[in-house]
Formats: sequence, structure tokens, C-alpha cells
Amino acid sequence: MRAAIIHFPGTNREKDAIAALKQVSGKEPLLVWHKESELPEVDLILLPGGYAFGDYLRPGAMAAQSPVMSEIKRQAARGVAIIGICNGFQVLTEAGLLPGALLRNAGLRFICRDVTLQVETSNSIFTRSYQRGQLLRMPIAHQDGNYFADEATLDRLEGEERIAFRYVAAPGEPEESGNPNGSLHGIAGILSENRRVLGMMPHPEDAIDPLQGSTEGRGLFESMVKALA
Amino acid sequence: MSKITPELIAEHGLTEAEYDKVLEILGREPNLVELGIFSVMWSEHCSYKSSKKWLKTLPTEGPQVIQGPGENAGVVDLGEGLAAVFKIESHNHPSFIEPYQGAATGVGGILRDVFTMGARPVMNLNALRFGSPDHPKTRHLLSGVVSGIGGYGNCVGIPTVGGEIDFHPAYNGNILVNAMAVGLAPADRIFYSAAAGPGNPVVYVGSKTGRDGIHGATMASAEFDADSEEKRPTVQVGDPFTEKLLIEACLELMATDAIVAIQDMGAAGLTSSSFEMASKGGVGVELDLELVPMREEGMTPYELMLSESQERMLMVLKPGREELARSIFEKWDLDFAIIGRLTDTGRMVLRWHGETVGDLPIDPLALASPEYDRPWEPTPAQPAVTLSKIGEPPLEILKKMLGGPDLSSRRWVWEQYDYLIGGDTVLRPGADAAVLRLPDGKRGLAATTDCTPRYCMADPVEGGRQAVAESWRNLSAVGAQPLAVTNNLNFGSPERPRIMGQLVGCIEGMGEACRALDYPVVSGNVSLYNETEGQAILPTPVIGGIGLIEDVSKLPAPGFSGEGLALILIGKTEGHLGQSLYLREVEQREEGPPPPVDLQAEKRNGDFVRAEIRKGSILACHDLSDGGLLVALAEMALIGGVGAEVELPAEWQDRPAQWLFGEDQARYLVAVEEAEKLLAAAEAAGVPAVLVGRSGGDALTLGALGSMSLSELRNAHESWFPNYMSGGVA
Repeated sequence: MRAAIIHFPGTNREKDAIAALKQVSGKEPLLVWHKESELPEVDLILLPGGYAFGDYLRPGAMAAQSPVMSEIKRQAARGVAIIGICNGFQVLTEAGLLPGALLRNAGLRFICRDVTLQVETSNSIFTRSYQRGQLLRMPIAHQDGNYFADEATLDRLEGEERIAFRYVAAPGEPEESGNPNGSLHGIAGILSENRRVLGMMPHPEDAIDPLQGSTEGRGLFESMVKALA
Repeated sequence: MSKITPELIAEHGLTEAEYDKVLEILGREPNLVELGIFSVMWSEHCSYKSSKKWLKTLPTEGPQVIQGPGENAGVVDLGEGLAAVFKIESHNHPSFIEPYQGAATGVGGILRDVFTMGARPVMNLNALRFGSPDHPKTRHLLSGVVSGIGGYGNCVGIPTVGGEIDFHPAYNGNILVNAMAVGLAPADRIFYSAAAGPGNPVVYVGSKTGRDGIHGATMASAEFDADSEEKRPTVQVGDPFTEKLLIEACLELMATDAIVAIQDMGAAGLTSSSFEMASKGGVGVELDLELVPMREEGMTPYELMLSESQERMLMVLKPGREELARSIFEKWDLDFAIIGRLTDTGRMVLRWHGETVGDLPIDPLALASPEYDRPWEPTPAQPAVTLSKIGEPPLEILKKMLGGPDLSSRRWVWEQYDYLIGGDTVLRPGADAAVLRLPDGKRGLAATTDCTPRYCMADPVEGGRQAVAESWRNLSAVGAQPLAVTNNLNFGSPERPRIMGQLVGCIEGMGEACRALDYPVVSGNVSLYNETEGQAILPTPVIGGIGLIEDVSKLPAPGFSGEGLALILIGKTEGHLGQSLYLREVEQREEGPPPPVDLQAEKRNGDFVRAEIRKGSILACHDLSDGGLLVALAEMALIGGVGAEVELPAEWQDRPAQWLFGEDQARYLVAVEEAEKLLAAAEAAGVPAVLVGRSGGDALTLGALGSMSLSELRNAHESWFPNYMSGGVA
């Protein structure tokens, strides 16, 4: 699997993504600077976490206007697989590649902690190694992860099974403890209409190795390797 | 230009004697620019004039030390070609005035100290002190400081992995915000600040210069009064995004051979950075100040020299490398300007559109800064305490302690910090020390910040020893070999002999402990004048320590990792309750001497625990500190989600409080599978060790003294902080 990681000036979780891709696929991904307007032939484009341009405006708003995004939109139209994690998800919504928006967390504070996710569909190149309904532990680390969309969009996402991951309570914990940031329908990650673009707030790339406390993010990278290699 | 009047001199914080020295050095009256430069260079903050005499007594050497105090940060050899670069620094005064920006720029400043030396920062830690929880300002200050630390560190992308936070009324008018950063660099590629090569270009990079922070160093060298909040315009504003760009651009340039010397612009900005570089290199410097990138119109040379605008660096480049350097900074959209050249005159000449606006000899100013031997008084010894009989069931006391400001869970704080970014965090906040996996994938770097100010207040020498010993113990408890420390000495006004005595005493105790434990001081910071209207803070000499773990796969768990494990208490229990949390919580008394520190016992017990961890025999480990054995048991049970059954030994039946809550030093609680084996090994090593109970169940049970469910304890432990911050009763 040939993968390109998009590097905005304030991207800061690219190292985590590179390590995860290398560990699971055995191949070194390509790092692409945001000022590039063309991408080489790749199977996967990954937009990592960070604060692309400081995010003093809305997170992702300025990144969505950068030269590399026009090329990413062209690649998306060709059906190239794209995954945006955390700030990458925010960029994808700002660029119009995924519906909805990520608002300030309901508690208004940055939150870094492990959450429990429920896999809502295994029907995608990103989630095929998981079972539908499977619970995963992995961390979140964001201030603006509160997913919002209008009723019609939410109905479509639900109806077309385009919700990839939902925040749920850990087994034995009260139901209201599940949603960390106020996301509507507990949405943690969604798919595009053609199911080849995924945006998610949690960090599977930081749940690869037992020393990190969880290996349950590996399945996502294994799914992509299986589908795209 | 303004006439130099006695009022103007006083406003610049210079004494009459100091001003006489200015006249002597210059042989004439200074102009305003020059007066401003003397003022910041000779401020307590930049010159260490009250503490220098005593700091010299600290041990700073060892085979592991690559660079001790005197540079931007200390450097320690980690072996295999890798070095750790680290330092702690205070941002106390600005954080009280504007908590978010004060704390944020504190993080920014310490990160620059580390990457200036060629290291990529990999860990942030901090040590915070606030006033009483029921003081009207505490919530606001705490909330602002925590979001400022998170806001800066999270954006720059350096994990904030550890720290400590405490409350005491002595900090009502002066909070403490000490930020520590640790970086990694190739051991043979460390960058220093000594300028060299007359004719070489002096280059300014980073953010533009504005009017923020003018006289910050002078503010940090005076006591607060009721009008201190009017000083808000002297607090700098941070821009973590620019800091991120600056880190990447500097590290990219450092991979080339372009840099001769580099220094960040911290306190006293361009003045301090240019003086230090020139002074260390024994060269002169000429600056054309109109070439400095400016954020505002109409700025004067005085303002440019004294601004503390953030995210700026000064470099001396090799001739002919200017364009290479420029292209890297332009790639990262940062300002890059050649603002002067080195000379061989030993003088600093400042020009403004060709006209000389300042001309100062560098060495007399930088090196001949005042050094005071201020009068000091030792702190009187505290009489021993006599205790009332324990009135309440000990588990109820435990619940109160775990559910109060001192010992409640700090989750509310650290969940606002990204402690995982980088993917190498192996031990998260809430353990004895934070642990980061090193790039080789096998070794680990442990770090911790520690100080017990109430011990230092009661007995500065013992408190100084204890701060170092606890730091060393926290590293040993995760199996790390402690390497070196950075210290942040926070005290009141050195002009008062009682306070000066605290500083002298703490340094004496720290020095003694550092020597006994082979734990040298490689960097540090002094923050004095932490007092408001005569009310000084508790003496707070914070120790930031780092240690090396040979194999992170042997890391013991911070909590009970299973049922039926034998719980063994390492170290001797004397039942010392002077200055203990128990005494404060149950009898509302802050009295007595602090627990004595036996440095030989510390070393013997710590070396034993570390060796057993390396052998893999210890499954879980926690050092004993505030609240003693019962608190340590409860913390391990809560982290692991497994209870414990513990029996009060027969010889302590008539003194349960002493055994359960005593704060004797040099102790660890460990969980093992085979008790006999560890007890035998301890005996052979001459280390006191005793089996106190077993892990298991979902409650903490003290035999006849009662039992309490983990969920009840957890509820108390977890709820105080969020309730308090959302406006609940303190």
C-alpha cells in the first residue's frame, strides 16, 4: 500500500501516523508538504492530527484552502481512499469532502482520554477487519470534536450506514458517560457517500502497540492494507 | 532623550549603589536605552544576584553530565549516542496577572530553551501551586493556568506527561507556575550560545517584535502590591503555532552546518540574548535596530531592546550560509533578518538608522553584575508534636483525604493536556513518574517534578533534602536510574533575613542529597520576591528529575495488576506524623518537624527496588509520600481496580495512625507474586521489608479497623476536582 501523509505547517501527529502505517504495512509512507499542488500515484491519502494553521480561526478552515486540497479533491473524485484523523477530519469537513462540522466540545475544554467506540459498520475499506457492534478502546485528544449536522444529513448518514464509529459507554458504566464531547448521535467517525473517505476524531494511530495501552486501532490499518495493498 | 533622574533610576529597579556602578563602568551617564539595558541585565531574574553565592555550592558534575548550568538547558548523556536536554523555569508573576497567557508563554519559553540546544522537545511537565481553594481567585487562576499550559503544549504537539498541583493559603497572592521541558538530541550535535567569529552575521528569526512584555524581568524581580494587576500589559502573549514553525525551522537548519551559536530571546529579550552570546564568546556585537522585524509602528530602540515578545531566536551564522538559512525560514513562513555583525571590540554598539543610540562594554555589564551576600537567619527547629488519639475510623479519614484538595485525583487537570501525542507515552499522568519510550523502542526516559513546601517551611534543610529524595524515589519506583535534576527555587523576598535563610537552608539540603544520591543539578531557575504585601509563599524548591530505564517492558504497573499479590512495604516505618497531611486533616495542625531524610537508607532502598524491577520480580510499585501507607495502598487499588486486605501489625496496635498515615521517607509499596523470595533478597541487601497484606476483592480492608469499597473511595477521589471547578464547595 502506497500512502501519502499530508503535512500542513502545524500538523503534529504525523509521526504517530507514520509509525502506525509502517508497523502495520511495513512500508514507509510519503510525506507531502501542503504547498504541493500535485500528488504522486498513491493508494491512500492520510490527513493527520494537529493544528494545521494554528487553528485560531475554525480548525481546518485555512487548511481547506491550501494548494494540496484541490489535488486531494481531484483524487477523491477518482475514488482514492482518504482518511482524516482528528484535525484531518476537521479539514475534510471544511473542504466539503465530508458533511457536517466539528464544533467546540460540549464541556468547552480540551479532552485527552481513552474512549470506547462501537464499530457501526464493517462495510468499508477502513473497518472490514472489525465486526459490526465490536467495542474498541482508543484515545481522543481534541478541543473541537463535537460533531454537528442538520437533521436531514444525520438521517442520511444513519440510513446509508455511513456512521463508522460511535462513542458508547464502557461496559458497566452509565450510558451518559459514553459521549465525551456532545457529538450528535454519538458520532465519532463518518464515511463519504462512496465509502472511500473516512473522517474520525479518535486516534487509532496511538492504539497500535501494547505499550501504548491498547492495540485496538490496528484493525483499521489492517483493513486498509488488506483492501488497498 | 529623557534626562536620567533618580525617579527614573528607581523605576528601573536599580539601587543607588548599582547606579554608581553603572557610572563607573561607563565613565559617564547612561542614556535611556542603556539604563534600560542595565536594569534588565542586573535584575534578580537575569543576574541571580541574591542566590549566586549559594547556587555555586550545588554539585553539577558527574560522568553522565555533558553540560551543566550556564547554558540554555542542562544536557545529560543517555548512551547509544543520545542526550537528554532539560530545564525547568518559572512564570509565576505573569501567571498571577494573566493566567492563560502567563502559563502558555511559560511553556513556550522553556521549550525554546530546549530546542535552542539542538534537541527536539519530547515531554512537558509542570509544578503548580495555588492559594486556598476557598480564596475567590483560585478557581479563575487554576482554570486559566491549566488551559494555558494545555493550549500551548497541545498545539505545539509536545505531550504534557506529568506534574504536580497543590493548594495552600500562602499562595493566595502569588501562585507558582513552573514549566519543565525535556528534549532529545544526538549527543555529538549539541548547540551552544557562545558567539564566535568577528564579521559573522547576527540573525533574528521568528515572530516580529511588539511592545509586549517590556520590563517583564524587572516585574519578576519585585514584590506585588495591590496595584499589581495594572501590570497586565507587561505580560507577553503566546503564539504556539509560530513556536511549532520555529521548532521545525530551527531543527531543519541545525541539521546543516550553518549555525555558529544560537540563543532564544527569553526574559529581557534582545538585550539578554545578544549580551549572553557575545559575553560567552568574548566578542563584540553591532546591531542595526531598524532592521529588527517589528509588529507595530513607531517603536523605539528602547522598546526593541527590552521587548519580551515571544517565539524569537537570535543566531550567529557562518559567513556564506545566510541564503541557505533564509530559504528554510521562508519555507516555514517565518521572519528572517540579518540585524548586525560580530566585532572584536568587546562592546555592544546599537544603531538606529545609522546613529549610535547605545555603546556599552559587554563583559563588565554581563559578568560584573552585582552579587550579594544577603543577611540570613536559620529557621528555628520545630518542637515535636504530641498527638490526640485517633478518633475516627481510619478509612473514613482516608476517604476525606482522598476526597479533598491535597490528594484528590488530578484527572480534571491532565485530561486537558495531550499526554499521548508522539505515540511513545508508556506511563501516563497519575503515576510516580511519567515514562516515555526512547526511539530505540526498548529504553525509556522517566521524568518527575517534586517538592513538599510544608516540610521546607518547617525545616528548610530537611525539606531541601526531601524534595531531592522524593524525586529520586519516584524515578526508582518505575525502575529508572536517576540521572540529574533541574531545580526551580521559588521563594519570597531575599531582602528579608528569614526568607533568605529558607533559601540558604533549602540549597544546603538539596546539595547534600544531590551529592549523596549522585544526582547532580544541571540547570535551573530562581524566582524570588514571591510575596504580596508582606505575605511570602512557602519555600518551594521544585526538583525536576530525569532517569533512564533500560527496558520499558519491565515497567511495574502503577496499581495492583492482579488478585492475590503479596504487598510488601520496603523501608523502615517510624510513624512520623510531624507536618503530615494526617495532622493537618484530622487535627487541623501544621506543626512539628518534617520526617527526617536518611540519605543512606534512601540510596540502599531505592537501589534495591530498582534492581528488583529490572529482574522483573516487582509487578507493581508506588513510592510512599503524602498521607503515608494507607494513601499509597488506596491509590494503587484505585489505579489497578483491585482491592487489598491489610492487617495492622501487633506492635502498632496502640498507634494505628502512625502506621497508617506516617510519612517516613525512603519507603515503597510493591506487589509481587512470591513474597518469600523478595523478603529474603531484601534481608540479604540490608533493606527493611515487611509483608503487609494481599491484593484482591473490590474493597480496602484493614482487618478489625474496617473495610470500604473501592467505588466509595473512587467516588470521593474523583469527584472533588470537577465539583470544585464547577463551582462546588471547596
